[in-house]
Amino acid sequence: MGFDMERFVAMGGLGGGHGRHLGIAYHAHGPDWAELALPYDARLIGDPASGVVASGPIVAMMDMATSVAVWLKRGSFEAHVTLDLRVDYLRPAVPERTVIGRGECYRITRSVAFVRGIAHDGDPDDPVAHVTGTFMGMKP
Amino acid sequence: MIAPRTAIGQAMVLPPYAEWLGCSIEWVEGAPQLVMPFGDHVMGWPGLLQGGAIAGLLEVAGIAALTHRLSSEGAARIKPVTVTTDYLRTGRDHPTRAVGTILRLGQRVANVEATAWQEDRDRPIATARLNYRILRD
Repeated sequence: MGFDMERFVAMGGLGGGHGRHLGIAYHAHGPDWAELALPYDARLIGDPASGVVASGPIVAMMDMATSVAVWLKRGSFEAHVTLDLRVDYLRPAVPERTVIGRGECYRITRSVAFVRGIAHDGDPDDPVAHVTGTFMGMKP
Repeated sequence: MIAPRTAIGQAMVLPPYAEWLGCSIEWVEGAPQLVMPFGDHVMGWPGLLQGGAIAGLLEVAGIAALTHRLSSEGAARIKPVTVTTDYLRTGRDHPTRAVGTILRLGQRVANVEATAWQEDRDRPIATARLNYRILRD
């Protein structure tokens, strides 16, 4: 039995209240990757001088996109916790543009999942951020 | 990102995202300490803090520490380059506090460490290493 993306989204699995308040939505998925969308919202600005959204919401989206990628690759939902997540800010996102976050799980072991991903605001070849991270399964 | 605290002690102004998180500043021994209340807007799994909200709070704490230090050195802009968050413990339905510690502030780069905790400062829920580009006027 595979991981049911549609059912997961319908159940509000995308980051609970935090994801819902940020407006994070499902965008696309494949066997080991998932894409989410973060719409522009002036309330999330981190730098009033430029209108650029803070990095926190992008971290939140990438944490969720990479989490979903793990469950898609594993083929089932298993509770896990983020061990670490590094975000490299390649350039500021353009104000008013929706940011797409693509998370990929490239290696999975019994207890650890290794993930990477990018965030972009229209052109995947010109990303705004690059992320790498690890998740720990909750099973003993 | 955050208007500097002026020499006459005018309050530091937090960016819209910090307000969205519900952050406020407590001044502890002359340094800014961020406080974020628990609520549905920062909740992931039922009753637990979402990791992104924790990272966001750590980011705000790092920028607050830098803004405070830079306020005595003239205007400068702060741009994040890399942020690495380590999640140490589960964040629960309590207020979360965070402080940023400046490891080094140079002419072009600042290295900052931020720590977040809930009830016991000696039991942090997350730490972050934040490297910033500093653009001085």
